[in-house]
Amino acid sequence: MEICDLSASEIREKIIKKEISAVEVLDASLARIRAVDGRPGTLDYASITDEDRKKVHAFITVTETIARKQAATVDRQIAAGEDPGPLAGVPVTIKDVFCVKGTLSTIGSRILANFTAPYTATPVERMLQSGALMLGKVNLDEFTYGSSTDSSAFQPSTRNPWEPNRVPGGSSGGSTASVAAGEAPLSLGTDTAGSIRQPAAFCGVVGMKPTYGRVSRYGLIAFGSSLDCPGPVARNAKDAALMLQTIAGVDPKDATSVNLPTEKYLSMLDKDIKGMRIGLSPDYFQITIPDPDTGEYVQRPVPTAIREAVLKAAEVYRALGAEIVEDVPMPNTRYGIPVYFVISRVEAASNLHRFDGVKYGYRTPSKSNDLKELYRKSRGEGFGKQPKLRILMGMYVSAAQYSEQYYQRALKVRTMIRQDFDDVFNPQGAYRLDALLTPTTPTTAFPMENVYGDSVMMQYSDQLTVPANHAGTPGISFPGGFDENGLPVGLQLLGPDFSEGVLLQLTHVYETATAEKEWRKIKPAVLREI
Amino acid sequence: MPEKEQKITQDLFDHLVELAALELGSKESEYIRTELNKQLDAIEELAAIDIPIGTEPASHGVPYTEKMSQDLRPDTWNACDDNDAILSQAPKHKGRYIIVPDIPHTTLE
Repeated sequence: MEICDLSASEIREKIIKKEISAVEVLDASLARIRAVDGRPGTLDYASITDEDRKKVHAFITVTETIARKQAATVDRQIAAGEDPGPLAGVPVTIKDVFCVKGTLSTIGSRILANFTAPYTATPVERMLQSGALMLGKVNLDEFTYGSSTDSSAFQPSTRNPWEPNRVPGGSSGGSTASVAAGEAPLSLGTDTAGSIRQPAAFCGVVGMKPTYGRVSRYGLIAFGSSLDCPGPVARNAKDAALMLQTIAGVDPKDATSVNLPTEKYLSMLDKDIKGMRIGLSPDYFQITIPDPDTGEYVQRPVPTAIREAVLKAAEVYRALGAEIVEDVPMPNTRYGIPVYFVISRVEAASNLHRFDGVKYGYRTPSKSNDLKELYRKSRGEGFGKQPKLRILMGMYVSAAQYSEQYYQRALKVRTMIRQDFDDVFNPQGAYRLDALLTPTTPTTAFPMENVYGDSVMMQYSDQLTVPANHAGTPGISFPGGFDENGLPVGLQLLGPDFSEGVLLQLTHVYETATAEKEWRKIKPAVLREI
Repeated sequence: MPEKEQKITQDLFDHLVELAALELGSKESEYIRTELNKQLDAIEELAAIDIPIGTEPASHGVPYTEKMSQDLRPDTWNACDDNDAILSQAPKHKGRYIIVPDIPHTTLE
């Protein structure tokens, strides 16, 4: 096994024991990037070649110089007998939605393609303070608006390491692909409707959306401010716990970050799960989508392979002493997408007004007669289709004459979605669940360019993840085997507010119980030939 | 597209584009207006939901109790430690000024 395929915890341990140096770790990661990543995403990519179609393309910017300095610092600290921190010498990638001082912070959009951030996002700052080595900024859907990473203005966009003709999911596709391909054991992503969990499922890695407010949003380029959650992407629960421990906690720079102590996630992992109550809900084994031809809503069961993987995991938990509670009602799950179509667009429209071609970012090179023309041209040329769609929809559904019908109504249905979670997690209620076990996604990774362009169908791939964003509650996606096409299947655990420790624990015990399974030995396609 | 799906007409669309300070090409406009109308169809599902009387709107999922909310901080300003890093991001600037074209005169009502 190469150094870059080790887990973050193993890398840290070897560095502390002086078995390897941070510089060696970094060199291994950079070599892996050279071997599998291909050219980074750029605005002027000409065309996608056959060679491009075999590579991962996780990165927009590789920050080798920064990482080399960090690695040298870690090695110096180790030599001096100091502890560089819990992420000592661990390579990480950062979704390019986070500002990092002195680096291009593009959000996958032409409008910020030339933006060098003058400050660093809190979760990134905390990882760097803990000894992490920042390998670079990774690709995403433009402004995070998508579920495939395909919509990035920076092409070639990221491809799935398990099957490079498939999407990695999105919007944190660069994050999950970089972790799956062994470029880094950890990545920092964001989840607004499933943008960590859905690509984690597609790429066969672990991805957690913490409770809203658990991790600071300071320095995150905002999309849906009441929904956005930064969170860890890792190859196992232990590493996700290690990373969450580093980034979680109150931040005076984000007033919505909560003033509650964090749990000791790592020390909870090996605790017994006997007596825990894990729910299965029929509302999470189907999706409700508009029929593309008639527009009528139809309910479709999730594919058999996905359903079976969840039921098998339930058996694993039962064997470990958990109680499986069936037929848990989550009746408002199906409304997650229509509600999201309203709330996220209103918040996006509000957040995107700041991009104007004046203060930073793209400004039209053509002559403008007045300031308004400058705004229109700069925004028209700088934003791609998805941001434009979201701005216009957000303005429409929040306009005075439509607000009651759409926005206010959506906010009330959001309350009902939250109520579903409150009811089943209520310790005095009928169900008293510790967690719900569900599929993460209604499909496995779909082919590149398959649904991009159809903004409605793309959105529906988030149907099983978005309710937790409305509710603010935490969720985790972790690998549960493969479907008949050899594509990873993601299992999702959803819990009550601030139950990250329990979700990580349940993920960890499942990983331990299935460690010897044959499917655990399968490697992503891009790693089979190197 | 059937008439019922045309909630966002060309005129309304043009008005929204103006409000949003966007300038769109014609092909792009067509795609975006079609998608907007399709999305609105999905949103229409909300109309059929039976919302119990007294349901309050939720602007956040997690209820913020006093215990978990941060104290309000004093209303004091802190200087940025690197003004130049911010100013240098302006696409056009001269000295300490950001350069823009003429600002149209508007009379406030």
